[in-house]
Amino acid sequence: MTHHPTHSAHPHGNDAGLTTTPVRGRAESPGAVPPAIATLHARLDAALSGDARAWLDQALAEAAGHQDEAPEGPLSLWEVRFAEAGRRCGPEYADAVRLLLLQAAGPGPATLSRIYAQGTAAERRAVLHALPHLVTGPAALPLVEDALRTNDTRLVAAAVGPYAAEHLDAHNWRHAVLKCLFTGVSVDTVAGLAERARADTELARMLADYANERTAAGRPVPEDLHRVLCLTGRPALSTTPSAPSTAPTGEES
Amino acid sequence: MRIFDPHIHMTSRTTDDYEAMYAAGVRAVVEPSFWLGQPRTSPASFIDYFDSLLGWEPFRAAQYGIAHHCTLALNPKEANDPRCSPVLDVLPRYLVKDNVVAVGEIGYDSMTPAEDTALAAQLQLAADHGLPALVHTPHRDKLAGLRRTLDLVRESALPPERVLIDHLNETTVREAKDAGCWLGFSVYPDTKMDEERMVAVLEQYGPEKVLVNSAADWGRSDPLKTRKVGDALVKAGFGEDYVDQVLWRNPVAFYGLSGRLTLDVPQPDATHEGNSILRGTPKTEA
Ligand SMILES: [Zn+2]
Repeated sequence: MTHHPTHSAHPHGNDAGLTTTPVRGRAESPGAVPPAIATLHARLDAALSGDARAWLDQALAEAAGHQDEAPEGPLSLWEVRFAEAGRRCGPEYADAVRLLLLQAAGPGPATLSRIYAQGTAAERRAVLHALPHLVTGPAALPLVEDALRTNDTRLVAAAVGPYAAEHLDAHNWRHAVLKCLFTGVSVDTVAGLAERARADTELARMLADYANERTAAGRPVPEDLHRVLCLTGRPALSTTPSAPSTAPTGEES
Repeated sequence: MRIFDPHIHMTSRTTDDYEAMYAAGVRAVVEPSFWLGQPRTSPASFIDYFDSLLGWEPFRAAQYGIAHHCTLALNPKEANDPRCSPVLDVLPRYLVKDNVVAVGEIGYDSMTPAEDTALAAQLQLAADHGLPALVHTPHRDKLAGLRRTLDLVRESALPPERVLIDHLNETTVREAKDAGCWLGFSVYPDTKMDEERMVAVLEQYGPEKVLVNSAADWGRSDPLKTRKVGDALVKAGFGEDYVDQVLWRNPVAFYGLSGRLTLDVPQPDATHEGNSILRGTPKTEA
């Protein structure tokens, strides 16, 4: 079965192309060119109204010009812009605008953590989506782990992107996959699923145990579980019945 | 009957309440930050509460088809605790958030100098952030409290037409109305207002700028009081349009002053299991 982590990591189904695609995931979709930040900006420019475009240009200039403050410093202007992005440009563009702002500001680890910690769910999601573009090492893993501890499916979905695929340790990654199954976040959202699941016998065991538990309770086994199990290379379960995956809609798809 | 409850503390309510509210016609709520019944002892505790009002609670509400916004503030009771008042310094970081549609609940509890300071500072914050303000009137010494509140509003940078004075009753509505403020009424099982008195107030003062709320919280209260007022109005002969003005259009107009009200309810998200709110999906048939 194919999977499309790069596509499904997008927070909105209706703004295809407005969200950048991390290089790592895109390599799995042959023929697609990874749109750079500049392309994202150009597409936003084309989509936004004149007022919103002017606002964005101003906000990006503020973000690019700011000095990274100490975590407890006064609220800088670009952070206000980051917060109000949705109501200035339209909620459907908020994720893309916030990504551009983060890219322009290039906040250090302490500032990035604070922006996440003080963010709304939508702002936290934007930070999580920006991680592969902003942070090269594993330093931002605590943000991913925080999001995986929540039960907000928007955050869980944003947490299992390419940054987690790259850096999350095996134990936490397996639990993240299981959590997607528990909370109905489509496993299509999990970046690098096929590579990381391959030959993961411990993940296979966890999936089989979960399937047994569901079956014992007379409850259906999510279709996604069979898909992931198949990716691990373990033979399919004989359990019945299976349920269609509860495909999350809108924000976490 | 579409209903907007402009003042309800959903953090203290169960998913059964959300379900019943939706069935009764509630499609939007505003949750003001307030006292939790248990005193807090540090700004950090407020910040966790604000986070919840900006993240988890709207997520929970969306599962039941209800749009959730909030108002943020240091409440009057805890304004008196010097361990809590530093939260005023952090508030500007949170007042810029999308889901914040007013500063509130602010106002008086015991009418102390610390409450004067917090109320004045937060009326100014509302003006600075382009937000209206939700102002609670005290339970004790209510008329004197209302007058002192109106004095402070007049001295503030926030015009009265951007102020909602809440928990009004027969003795306080006239002065609040004459001041040009929006008029909030909390309908409670025993205290504050009841449905019949609410109908009588509307008959006497008209529906303009009147908002009716349940103010349901962790105490004895009823999240369906808004619907019960709607039913009482219909029974008293008021038309559909009149009921819609009071229970929907007036709260939309007041909180719409923020420019941040979004009433499309996000599609209920994924099914939740585990340690979550839709714990355990139904078993399959046979
Ligand atoms: Zn209240």
